[in-house]
Amino acid sequence: MTGVLARTAARARTPGAPSVGFWTRLLRWSPLVPATVLLLLFLVGPIGYCVLIAFTDTQLTGQESASFVGLANFRRAFGDPAFRNAVVLTLVFTVLSSLVGQNTLGLALAGLMRRASRPVRSLTGAMVITAWVLPEIVAGFLLYTFFERRGTLNALLEWLQLPAQDWLFTLPIMAVSFANVWRGTAFSMLIYSAALAGIPQEVTESAEVDGAGGLRRLWHITLPMIRRSIGTNLMLNTLQTLSVFGLIWVMTRGGPGNRSQTLPVFMYDQAFLKSLIGYGTAVALLLLLVGALFSVIYLRLLREEV
Amino acid sequence: MPLPRHRHHRHHRHRHRLAADAGLLVVAVAFAVPLVWLVLASLDAEATLRVRLPESPTLNNFSAVLTDEITFTPMLNSLLICGGATLLTVVCAALAAYPLSRFRSRLARPYLLTVLFSTCLPVTAVMVPVYGLFVQIDLIDTRYGTALFLAAAQLPFAIWLMKNFMDGVPKVLEEAAWTDGASWPQTLLRVILPLMGPGVAVVAIYTFIMMWGNFFVPFMLLLSPEQLPASVSIFTFFGNYGAIAFGELAAFSILYSTPVVALYILVSGRLGGGFALGGAVKG
Repeated sequence: MTGVLARTAARARTPGAPSVGFWTRLLRWSPLVPATVLLLLFLVGPIGYCVLIAFTDTQLTGQESASFVGLANFRRAFGDPAFRNAVVLTLVFTVLSSLVGQNTLGLALAGLMRRASRPVRSLTGAMVITAWVLPEIVAGFLLYTFFERRGTLNALLEWLQLPAQDWLFTLPIMAVSFANVWRGTAFSMLIYSAALAGIPQEVTESAEVDGAGGLRRLWHITLPMIRRSIGTNLMLNTLQTLSVFGLIWVMTRGGPGNRSQTLPVFMYDQAFLKSLIGYGTAVALLLLLVGALFSVIYLRLLREEV
Repeated sequence: MPLPRHRHHRHHRHRHRLAADAGLLVVAVAFAVPLVWLVLASLDAEATLRVRLPESPTLNNFSAVLTDEITFTPMLNSLLICGGATLLTVVCAALAAYPLSRFRSRLARPYLLTVLFSTCLPVTAVMVPVYGLFVQIDLIDTRYGTALFLAAAQLPFAIWLMKNFMDGVPKVLEEAAWTDGASWPQTLLRVILPLMGPGVAVVAIYTFIMMWGNFFVPFMLLLSPEQLPASVSIFTFFGNYGAIAFGELAAFSILYSTPVVALYILVSGRLGGGFALGGAVKG
């Protein structure tokens, strides 16, 4: 009842009340023009262009030779072992670093921070967030030195009397996944800190009084209460991870061979190093479609909010 | 009876805290190792790939890279490209957020949903067609072309954040301005934006940080060495020299990272920074 009244009152006060004319309305919405033009020219345009050249055999050497080839690029992609390798590696990279690594570690850190003492909390927060704020290339360079044959990780292993390895050679996809966890965990930590702070104290306390243990509280109370944040976080992390290029490029350049060549690296390699723009764009389009799919799921999660 | 139980509870709390502290410290150390390497190597004349204390700490690595070619030109390029793009993004986002936040229309919701949708698209994927497009319209290898694209790529998220901040400004004050006969640009500039100053700062700084660290966009769109921003020049530094001078590379990395780290500290000190941002996107 009061809700309806308040809403009616709010509508009456809104400047955009129904009685305004066409020109007034046009004028009111005119501030949208600059942003819309910029988005149409530089974001929607390229995406449209992407759709167009994905169906051609465009090469770097000359535009005039390009002709429409239908689905050939896509057929080629699905038949190409290097493409399938890139898909598998992208999946491994995303699952390892985003779904498992960043997400779980972020939640664990946010949870521990609620109990930890203040100085430890600030110190950990500072380290994790610094890794996140650093430019992508610097992060890649730092993790390169960490995993390199002569790097710190092997120094630590030798000190512990454990066998050293050339990590970037033997387990390149693991190395870049760890790098992505190092770089990206802060985001999950921040989202989960905000989410956990939103859980009313009484809920946790009453569960504690009822004698629910830590794991049961986590599973039956905490996780269900922050499930929307979990969904959002997984979605954004996945999208972020799908488009990681610089980190991998600096650490391994997709190698050795193509053992850390995820889809963005594969796309770059085909389009520029092998000059197959049409084919590279078809791969880009597939990447965009996966991103679009995740975006739609994300929007559904947020549905009530907008 | 209540007393020992209480004490038992406190004892429990204490143990929990110790366990949490220990867990966090382990993670903190793991995260710190690469950062410690960065600092130590930058001060070490004979830096290697390993974390080690420099035998005689020196600032020579810094003075070696503080030249026009290595540091000043790329940093200035970064500043021009990212500064210009940030300005454009913030102005466009503030303008766009205004009607979206203030007026009702059947189009507002679809527009916002489209914006949110494009926030999530992997920009990396469009770089190949963007390159093709830039070659055709002659924007390739220009700093302003790169800035325009960076602005467009960051715009959806900026609009979204800006609209959320603007929704937090009560309408009562601007209605007073409306009845005084103020036009919408006056209302926006004089009433709303000053009231959401911290929000605008967050959008601007976040946008700038994202652009400053972006590697792939300028890597694709800029070719001539004298136009490259620091994010790309550091990479050529890394790739082109046969024997990499790790100490110098570390020193340059610190110089290149300092502006964004400082800006981040500035926002987080003012507004709980990342936490506010986490709240803004948590949904």
